[in-house]
Amino acid sequence: MPGKSISDESTQKRPQARALRRVEAEVETALKTPIDRRGFLKRLGAAGATATAAVATGGCTTSWDTFFQKHYKEMTDEDKERVFARIEKEAEKRFGRRVTVSDPGPLDGVSFAFCISLSLCNGNRKCVHACVEENNQSRNPAIQYIKVVELDRGTLNLEKGTAYYEGDSVPAADKVYLPMQCNQCDNPPCVKACPVEATWKEKDGIVVIDYDWCIGCRYCMAACPYEARRFNYREPQVPRADINPNQGYLSNRVRPKGVVEKCHFCLHRTRNGH
Amino acid sequence: MRTYFQYWRDMLRCAFTGSNVYYAWIALLVLLTASGLAVYVIQLRVGLAVTNLTQQVSWGAYIANFTFLVGVAAAAVLLVVPTYVYHREDIREVVLIAELMAATAIVMCLLFVTVDLGRPERFIHFLPFLGRLNFPLSMLAWDVIVLTGYLLLNLHVPGYLLYQLYRGRQPAKAAYLPFVFLSIFWAISIHTVTAFLYGGFGGRPFWNTAIMAPRFLVSAFASGPAILILVFVAIDRFTDIEIRESIFKFLRRVISIALPLNFFLLGCELFKEFYTDSVHTASAEYLFFGLFGHGLLVPYIWSALAMSGAAIVIFSTERLYRDRRWLIAGSALCVLGVWIEKGMGLIIPGFIPTPTGDLVEYTPSAGEFLICLGIWAFGALIFTAMAKVALAIQHGRLRAQT
Ligand code: SF4
Ligand code: SF4
Repeated sequence: MPGKSISDESTQKRPQARALRRVEAEVETALKTPIDRRGFLKRLGAAGATATAAVATGGCTTSWDTFFQKHYKEMTDEDKERVFARIEKEAEKRFGRRVTVSDPGPLDGVSFAFCISLSLCNGNRKCVHACVEENNQSRNPAIQYIKVVELDRGTLNLEKGTAYYEGDSVPAADKVYLPMQCNQCDNPPCVKACPVEATWKEKDGIVVIDYDWCIGCRYCMAACPYEARRFNYREPQVPRADINPNQGYLSNRVRPKGVVEKCHFCLHRTRNGH
Repeated sequence: MRTYFQYWRDMLRCAFTGSNVYYAWIALLVLLTASGLAVYVIQLRVGLAVTNLTQQVSWGAYIANFTFLVGVAAAAVLLVVPTYVYHREDIREVVLIAELMAATAIVMCLLFVTVDLGRPERFIHFLPFLGRLNFPLSMLAWDVIVLTGYLLLNLHVPGYLLYQLYRGRQPAKAAYLPFVFLSIFWAISIHTVTAFLYGGFGGRPFWNTAIMAPRFLVSAFASGPAILILVFVAIDRFTDIEIRESIFKFLRRVISIALPLNFFLLGCELFKEFYTDSVHTASAEYLFFGLFGHGLLVPYIWSALAMSGAAIVIFSTERLYRDRRWLIAGSALCVLGVWIEKGMGLIIPGFIPTPTGDLVEYTPSAGEFLICLGIWAFGALIFTAMAKVALAIQHGRLRAQT
């Protein structure tokens, strides 16, 4: 979303925080220089100088309260109440919006499945954006769960396709479109991979992540054969007005920095029959 | 107990006193460590966005260095076996250095994994009672366990032997030999588990190969001794301790077998990839020849192969390896060659192209570079300190006052 400021409002108001942000941005550009480029050493010097400033203001991103927070499966109802209240309070502080965090459980005798008709999909990516809006995904950097790959008609060789197609209209002649997201695998390699059980399969088939338990090792991303998982390389940014206040603990609440997320089957809707 | 405190005090004093060259070396390492730490603090604040990692290439320089260093740690076994199993007395004189190098390498591995974490403060989720370790399903859980175990083994054995020497006592065999034998198997296990970490997933065909573990071990048995040669040359040159020629000879032999074997295994892999020529060959094609006009890694992998090739020539030509300068050059080429092949050449192409056919290239950012450099400097720092103390005790210069 170019041209639109989407950093959280509360910090915007404080000039001190703004200055800090500028320093950070500067350091970051310096640090992100690919190391084979010329002028690297010069940049490095600049980074060093500004880094010292940033170190002085360095802080911790976690509080004791969250530090010892239990794994989702070990939380009692009271624990959950407390944790959800904290998340709601944090959202209010950060976005100035009242949100509710709920935790609909899997329903007995229900197992979810989904179908996509490839002959009907015309590649307009409306689902991608609807998904982003429903699920409070970071707009900057943009995180999207669904990826639509454009392929030549008659082939399924993904290497020859592209997810970056552009143009005035879809579908393009002789192209087919393949939307891909988490398939909620029956035998999910991502779950096997996770060293701390931060992600697991629920009995209704949905593979979920406890964002407060994930350590951000990204092993599950290496394991997933469908490239369904996304990592929050920085604090997710969602404009205040775009926050969806109907949030699930294991689904669409605003994610913390440094954890992995993915399609959670909109469980805060589907489990409630929406 | 009092001797034990004294022991630590003496060791620390020994580690941080020395010639001017020594002070300059320590100062340099401290400086680099500090700069790495400073950048890491920024990474903690901003997030891993200071790296050039992406949704597509989600592991990079940190994990590449980690993989290489697991090999260095495992390679200590090459001196442990001849010492304790075949009773080579000449190697016994330096085996502690190899064990301390293994311990250092593991510390560095753990640091590289830590800096790669998005939420490092949640490391407690690994711990018993507080956490939920996904054992035995997750290979990463296995890796954390075997690495920690190997670290403890490699701290205990040299630590115990040195302490006894320091007190002028005879070490009790029962207090260290069982651990030595355990560490031999353990050394193989750390690199095997690390290979399984990559090899276990069908979604990354480039890694999904049965010879990953043998390849890892063989390349480790080439690069590990090469690093040891460099260390021993430095000890020989900068201290009054002389390293026997027979030790160099032994290490040279190991390299001259392991390095060609590494080429052979790579050749097997390449045959499988390119003769089969399925869609799964895309990653190998990207690495060696470039794919759809993208070929960032191509010069790296070919120069890595050239370096390893040159090292093979040096290690099999007597006129060359007898010359110290050539020996140093050969070892350095071997280390660099394996480092590139196993780090950037193995981890990165696993992500390129991605399972959905996306092709995003990756080079480390300046931030990643500085953090990596910081960890290497820190490793060199603790290794220098530990090796200095160990040598002083072994050569009778550091003893308990009685
Ligand atoms: S994240 Fe990937 S591996 Fe895990 S359930 Fe979804 S598609 Fe399967
Ligand atoms: S990134 Fe999070 S969910 Fe993924 S494997 Fe690591 S801890 Fe588990």
